[in-house]
Amino acid sequence: MSAVASVKGFSALARILRHVVLLVTGALILIPFLWMISLSIKAPGEIFHASFSVWPVQFYGIENYEKALSEAPLLRYMGNGLMVCGLILALQILLCAPCAYALAKLRFFGRDLVFGMVLAGLILPHQVLSLPLFILGYKLAILNTYAALILPYVVSPFGIFLFRQFFKTIPDDVVHAARLDGLSELAIVWKVMVPMALPAVIAFAIFSVVGHWNDLFWPLIAVRDQSLMPPPLGILVFKNEEAGSDYGPLMAASTLVVLPLTIAFLAAQRWFVEGLTGGAVKQ
Amino acid sequence: MSEPRAFSNAYNRCLTRRAASCLGVSLARRQAFVMALVGYGLAGPAVFFLLVLFLLPVVGVFFIALTDWQLGAGSLSFIGLANYREAFADATFRASVANTAVYVLIVVPGTLLGGLTVALLIEGGKSCRSFYRAVHFLPFMATVTSMAIVWEALLHPTIGLVNQMLVAVGLPAANWLRNENTVLPVLGAIGIWQNLGYAMVLFLAGLKSIPRDLYDAADVDGADLWIDRLRTVTLPLLGPVSMFVVIVVALRALECFDAVKVLTQGGPGDASEVLLYTLYRESFEYLRTGYGAAIAVVFLAMVGTLTLINAIVMDRKVHYQ
Repeated sequence: MSAVASVKGFSALARILRHVVLLVTGALILIPFLWMISLSIKAPGEIFHASFSVWPVQFYGIENYEKALSEAPLLRYMGNGLMVCGLILALQILLCAPCAYALAKLRFFGRDLVFGMVLAGLILPHQVLSLPLFILGYKLAILNTYAALILPYVVSPFGIFLFRQFFKTIPDDVVHAARLDGLSELAIVWKVMVPMALPAVIAFAIFSVVGHWNDLFWPLIAVRDQSLMPPPLGILVFKNEEAGSDYGPLMAASTLVVLPLTIAFLAAQRWFVEGLTGGAVKQ
Repeated sequence: MSEPRAFSNAYNRCLTRRAASCLGVSLARRQAFVMALVGYGLAGPAVFFLLVLFLLPVVGVFFIALTDWQLGAGSLSFIGLANYREAFADATFRASVANTAVYVLIVVPGTLLGGLTVALLIEGGKSCRSFYRAVHFLPFMATVTSMAIVWEALLHPTIGLVNQMLVAVGLPAANWLRNENTVLPVLGAIGIWQNLGYAMVLFLAGLKSIPRDLYDAADVDGADLWIDRLRTVTLPLLGPVSMFVVIVVALRALECFDAVKVLTQGGPGDASEVLLYTLYRESFEYLRTGYGAAIAVVFLAMVGTLTLINAIVMDRKVHYQ
């Protein structure tokens, strides 16, 4: 009896310990987010007056967010980000899905070579390509335009790879049946394959949008005009040229940039995990 | 070669059922030809952009690295491997390679251990699993540029929360990002903070794939304690996943750029100079195109080696789903 009781006592202790450790690590992980929001609603005097309190003595949120939105064209940055990410994703799906279908379901000379090209593209770190892509942008006279932000990403080797893997799991009979129904090959791609591969499409969409919303490296190279900048570049310029260490508005701007994806993540956690691990973790 | 025959046979059957019974071999062949054309048509646009945006540029980088080209200069000449020789003789570049290695060696073990511990704890109980998972995964998807600015505020020498806390418990404060001894470990800590959740979800997936009956078998063999089961079943079976985590986190750590650009610009001195930042500055600030391309090739070689190891490991049937 006493042995069972002590085992039970031990497991109860272990359960509590589990929560204690996870709450501590979780708190450490969340401190930067918490502090960001906290500073974004504090007055300058309070920020420079060292204190641990998360909630401000004087609520200064409206002033900080107003300043962030008026001194930096923050809404413009976010609009740019939305448009660039949206166009990149649309073009990627438009180009990748037919190619993935051809690789998965059709037989043609050179198919293995095309797949080899996809794999080569998959392992290339994109930063290595920045110099030639910058020169290409210069030759096409698209530097410092939206096109410069979008063009390098119109095709995604990862997208082709992921869609191909998914298309291969769809039975050939489905394709044959669609042909018997008189669908063209292109119609099969868009009306049969893509809808059936919706989980892969969603995972890829999250992978793509998060990656490009957060990207700093290429926008830093491709655009100079503030009116074209996506959020990360915009907020960096805001920090360097306007805000400096005026942390209130700077934190307000950071919060606004981080917020949309965070809300989306909390609403669709499982999809984000699958998309951002490149499909390595299936839910 | 059985696949194409099976395919054309199946396709042929469809046609036969639909049209006439007198379809000959020549028509089947023509259908295969049409299929091939359709294949080229569907794959063509993507292949064109793969060539123009990925494969030709990478050839271009190798080519440019052999020249003394400066962006905007009208002429260039071939100088062989002089850019590589210059790079490896240059103190900043050598510091950059060394710092990148140190950064990777901080981030990878930290992320691995942290991610594994958190994953084991989450999987060790039933309650609040998705809450803990969401909390720990959050930094991985947050915009690095924004979060780096937050870290700057946290690490501020006088008003930063980190120093306030240290002073409160009687420890000395420091100017973390301006001290050449602390800057790289601090950037590494930020890297761990950012990637820990990524390692965690990979480990969680690995833990789920361990068959229940292995634990039952361990029980029968007398592995009663939690630590025995961990030692005899869990950790050995997580080996392949751990290898995968090591490589993908190392690849992410190699690509460290945003935090350095926002927080330190490589300083103080060369103390936080990392490869991608050196590549960016030489190529796009100093406009030393040929030299920048040589750095890009070195960077590609490092990433390529890791990717190759990854491919070999994956080939040995690593299951992480």
